[in-house]
Amino acid sequence: MNMSFSTSDSPSTDDAVEPDKSPSPDIGGKIEAENKECVLVEAINMALHYEMARDDSVVVLGEDVATNGGVFRATLDLKQTFGAARVLDTPLAEGLIGGISIGMATQGLKPVTEIQFMGFMFAALEQLMCHAARMRNRTRGRLACPMVVRMPFGGGIHAPEHHSESTEALLAHTPGLRVVIPSSPIRAYGLLLAAIRDPDPVIFLEPKRIYRAQAQRVCNDGEALPLDTCFTLREGEDITLVSWGALISECSQVADQMLERGIAVELIDVATVSPLDMATILESVAKTGRCVIAHEAPKTGGIGGEIAAQLAEHALLDLKAPVLRVAGYDTVMPYAKKEALYLPSAAQISNAIQQVLNFA
Amino acid sequence: MRGRQQFSIHFLQYLDPEGNLDLPLPEWTTDGPLLLSIYQNMVLARLLDQKAVALQRTGQMGTYPSILGQEAISVCTGLAMAKNDVLVPYYRDAPAQMIRGMSAAELFMYWGGDERGGNLNTASLDLPICVPIATQLTQAAGVATALKIKGEDSVVVTSCGDGATSKGDFMEALNLAGVWDLPIVFVINNNRWAISVPLAQQTRAPTLAQKAIAAGIEGIQVDGNDPIAVYEVISKAIERAREHKTPTLIEALSYRLSDHTTADDASRYRDADELKAHWQEEPIHRFQQFLHQQGLWDREQEKALQSHCQQTIDQAVEQYLAAEEEPATAIIDYLHAFLPYSLESQRSAIQHKDASVNTEGESR
Repeated sequence: MNMSFSTSDSPSTDDAVEPDKSPSPDIGGKIEAENKECVLVEAINMALHYEMARDDSVVVLGEDVATNGGVFRATLDLKQTFGAARVLDTPLAEGLIGGISIGMATQGLKPVTEIQFMGFMFAALEQLMCHAARMRNRTRGRLACPMVVRMPFGGGIHAPEHHSESTEALLAHTPGLRVVIPSSPIRAYGLLLAAIRDPDPVIFLEPKRIYRAQAQRVCNDGEALPLDTCFTLREGEDITLVSWGALISECSQVADQMLERGIAVELIDVATVSPLDMATILESVAKTGRCVIAHEAPKTGGIGGEIAAQLAEHALLDLKAPVLRVAGYDTVMPYAKKEALYLPSAAQISNAIQQVLNFA
Repeated sequence: MRGRQQFSIHFLQYLDPEGNLDLPLPEWTTDGPLLLSIYQNMVLARLLDQKAVALQRTGQMGTYPSILGQEAISVCTGLAMAKNDVLVPYYRDAPAQMIRGMSAAELFMYWGGDERGGNLNTASLDLPICVPIATQLTQAAGVATALKIKGEDSVVVTSCGDGATSKGDFMEALNLAGVWDLPIVFVINNNRWAISVPLAQQTRAPTLAQKAIAAGIEGIQVDGNDPIAVYEVISKAIERAREHKTPTLIEALSYRLSDHTTADDASRYRDADELKAHWQEEPIHRFQQFLHQQGLWDREQEKALQSHCQQTIDQAVEQYLAAEEEPATAIIDYLHAFLPYSLESQRSAIQHKDASVNTEGESR
């Protein structure tokens, strides 16, 4: 195997800037750098194929990821294409999965690890929070953990208990972890490539409600999107709507409806919820003077609270109305029958916008 | 496989507590310099350990976990490893780390509350110690996986205490080592105490080595205070891991002659007679007797060694106490490879913060 093992002192971030040196890698026997119509989970699969072909140090591991291709098929055909040495079915133990990912990352591999559902991440949290997030600091830069932990998260697919929560704030509250959440096939592809190429640990949360919701043409060119950056999905003068993940779909619908009524919503997809790109949000609010934040996670202690607090700190004089949050309730995620009650709806977002606009 | 299998756990000891031979010596013991190196490193480890406790007691260092009485395990671990092997230690393994390049000053720095003590400048890709119990074991399994994927012939040695064997991480790591045929050696320093909880309250299993059986890997028990037995077992296990990608679990029986850490008082929970009895089995006296009997060591050599160690330690203390402070921004500069722009204002705040108002409290 021809491997280039960069140690932590020479992080391979150049990769993110420098375009791929070997043009058109052979991906699954096909040469493709063309646009491909695909849904979010297929875009993830495509990014994994691309990066495994480009970089021999990338390995994929997790429960059911190899032969089965992942329970959501995110890792489909990787084992067939890249072999069992680089695509590993692990025993059923999330703490172990966290630990071995760290061990592998310290030795120059780039593990892309799947935790089957976010609700099962808790056994791995000690490894992620106490070690992955700290290895670079603990060794003053001698070792690092360039690893990605992918987890499907969020509600809306009528799954059993522990399969539907949104606990991104727990992870975002840990210095040293990046938390990235795509909201479309294009961003899933570009952000996952960026996450794998990042020299530090990235938690990549995949909104499974929209895994197969909407197809988009994704260019399989290996171009990464920037991390730590919000994406302004549409510009508008009247109000700033901030969200991420699956709820971006509802937010877009609401923005369409508002436009029909002559209200121009500026829609911002946060994408990296930690570290937070507040500059983009502040710039928008300086223009609109009004802001609604929508997230699926419970309201109290959620990322929305952090955004609102920073608006209070830095944009008080720009604000023409209170900042409102539309969020999940501070209760246990209901089982499938009542999960729609919990999930923030387009109507709730719409009402919040109206309330903020109506404020004198 | 159906039904009940028969298993047994082998126990290895060459030297009894008086340094007398129980078994014919293994072949490698004809290497006189190696035998002396084991002894010299154990003596250095003990004196350094005493100094670390003294530094803490005099307010010049923070909480410190002594390794008193368990020197043989760590020293033999360090000496049995090849340079390009990877050590994934727990926090009572400083002698092995030092044999692999960590300086005594780094040890003091770490326990003196300075992250630079975890840098281990000279020790290749070894992992630093960490405080949570047993989490290093699954990381070590990951390191071994990486070595295997990369096709390298190096192996991993990882260590833990007896308390760690009660954690899921321990069993998860052993299990994976078996399933994936990992080149890894697990060394348990069974010093019989996890702070105040004796081994009998950790497990009903008569040995810890037998936990290997459930994982389908080799398990062996060794007298951890007998340097010859420890070196023999660890070097053989490393050899097997290197040649055959076969993992081994080693339970080294020792005893924690010290408190758990300098913040602990073992007299609250441990019988004084038990402690006294175990002093009769400690490794340094035993090995010194053996070397005398073999005609490899005399009083003059002992005197020279003591003074050499003292000199090394004095230099390390001097270096530790004279170390220049890291700049304030070091507390955020190593969080990521590149500082996210959103943290720039916090970095600047750190730079301009007068920390003296926060550090006037007494150190423990």
